[in-house]
Amino acid sequence: MWDYSDKVLDHFRNPRNVGVVENPDGIGEVGSLACGDALKLTFKLDENGRIAEAKFKTFGCASAIASSSALTEIIKGMTLEEAANVTNQDIAKYLGGLPEQKMHCSVMGREALETAIENYRTGNTSKKILEGKIICTCFGVTEEEILHVVRENDLTSVEQVTNYCKAGGGCGGCHNDIRKIIEQVQEEKKKDSRPKKSARMTIVEKIRLIESTIEREIRPALKKDGGDLDLIDVEGNRVTIVFRGMCAQCNVAQFTMKDVVEAKLREFVSEDIVVEEANG
Amino acid sequence: MKNVYLDNNATTMIAPEVIEAMLPFFKDLWGNPSSMHYFGGQTGKHISTAREKVAALIGAEPSEIVFTSCGTESNNMAIRGSVEATGSQTKVITSRVEHPAVLGPCQQLKNKGHALTEIGVNSSGQLNMADLRQELTGEPTMVSLMWANNETGVISPIDEIAALVKEFGGIMHTDAVQAVGKLRIDVKKTPVDLLSLSGHKLHAPKGIGALYVRKGTRLNPFLIGGHQEGGRRGGTENVPYIIGLGVACDLAAKNMDKEIKNVAKLRDKLENKLLATCPNTSVNGDRANRLPNTTNISFQFIEGEAILYHLSDIGIAASSGSACTSGALEPSHVIRAMGVPFTAAHGSIRFSLSRYNTTEEINYVIEKMPAIVKKLRAISPFV
Repeated sequence: MWDYSDKVLDHFRNPRNVGVVENPDGIGEVGSLACGDALKLTFKLDENGRIAEAKFKTFGCASAIASSSALTEIIKGMTLEEAANVTNQDIAKYLGGLPEQKMHCSVMGREALETAIENYRTGNTSKKILEGKIICTCFGVTEEEILHVVRENDLTSVEQVTNYCKAGGGCGGCHNDIRKIIEQVQEEKKKDSRPKKSARMTIVEKIRLIESTIEREIRPALKKDGGDLDLIDVEGNRVTIVFRGMCAQCNVAQFTMKDVVEAKLREFVSEDIVVEEANG
Repeated sequence: MKNVYLDNNATTMIAPEVIEAMLPFFKDLWGNPSSMHYFGGQTGKHISTAREKVAALIGAEPSEIVFTSCGTESNNMAIRGSVEATGSQTKVITSRVEHPAVLGPCQQLKNKGHALTEIGVNSSGQLNMADLRQELTGEPTMVSLMWANNETGVISPIDEIAALVKEFGGIMHTDAVQAVGKLRIDVKKTPVDLLSLSGHKLHAPKGIGALYVRKGTRLNPFLIGGHQEGGRRGGTENVPYIIGLGVACDLAAKNMDKEIKNVAKLRDKLENKLLATCPNTSVNGDRANRLPNTTNISFQFIEGEAILYHLSDIGIAASSGSACTSGALEPSHVIRAMGVPFTAAHGSIRFSLSRYNTTEEINYVIEKMPAIVKKLRAISPFV
């Protein structure tokens, strides 16, 4: 049996908000009989633009039913702007977690919500996301959808992508394409993860940024050669360090100082940083 | 809570007689049968008796029985051992509805360069005999086809298949894990060379199986480094479990006629009542040629795992060919090979009975099932 949380089992056994809302403002239908799960979400807004009523009908396993039930509970009372920010992780968290291989049930919930909101805004009944290039032909999963789950859930392997949106779970012919998408997102992330240099840093923020830059950008390079360094002091833009290990005796340490340590700190912390070696 | 166990094709309850017979071999008679002293040596004759009982159940000679650790080992040993013994040119033929324990080793042989053909089945799950005939060309060939299917219970025309394979000089292996103990089997009449069986499918414990190897069949040993089992499988004998398997086979042989009748009667009652009380349901597999204990029913528009959880909540144990129950994303390869539409495949439930099921238990399932189907269909967007 699956290791379902009590909350998943509760929502499976006693699903909330089953049915179809009368005269709905938004309808979202995703999945299919062939794929093994399908969800129809309908909602109605109140006079303030908040979701007054949300109902679901689901074909699928225990966690698909629980995820749909959870989704309707989560979005009730939300504005559409708020609802548009609900992620599959929110659904999984609400249920006290889902088994990794069942995460696609939470993604189906998010997709249905997206489709229903799109339907309200544009009148489109088909999912916008489906217009993209199909990567997984077995389960009809598009590039956009894979990008979405990889970004939203920080996925790093094909297996995870399959668990989250089924892509790659059939013939396996698309595994290379999925790997490329994962690499693409990781590249994006690398760029984004570089801390933003800010002119208005407090000294504490600055020290933290210097420390994290040393840890991430400088120390690994030094350690490769058996060296290391410690941060001694920060005063304004003057950073004092001391070399350890091999670096302490290295006759190109001065070069390392300017070309590696100072250059990296200028790149990631502040343009006008000056690095000095502590005396003795 | 009631406990109605209808998942006997997955595993069976260990018969009380089997446990009783095994206990002395844990407590007192724990010697090594290979030892040159009375203490170990005395266990040897108990193993011989067990071997005779296993052989008797399938009409074999005791010397043709090799004890293994499970059905999967028997299948691996038969398929890999016979192909390796006959050379790198040997063709491999199997079917699309075999158990993974057969498909896996066949796939591995393909990766090693052997030609592999998987024969399809028709919508009732019966092998396409014309395709098999076409594949048999007289070249060195190993054919592995199951006696009865684990998911649908469909029985192959194994006499006809084996005769055909032998006519063309092929090696014939059959995975009879689901058939042994549920059907009359006589290898004197059915010309198979190799036959796999598993203890825990016939009320012996998990961890014991056997391979029937017809005298004269060339077979490379699978576990090497011991003289046991006539050099065909090294490793100190699993004495208590071998004893247990012997007793289980004996029980099956003695009660078979009565059991086939009783179990089939209960199965038919369950099947007919469910078809009558739950609309949009259908049976998967050839109803005329089936194991007496198995029924595989598709409940349209609802999904198998959800059905199983609701059944489990009220103490009923069954299984499903739905994608979700295995963690795979596609429904059972057996159901798909039969061309069952996906709309029905995801909602397929297998009930498999045993001699220990009662009329009262079957009535309980018949009483409870319609409400579960109704509840899930009320949630389904397709109803």
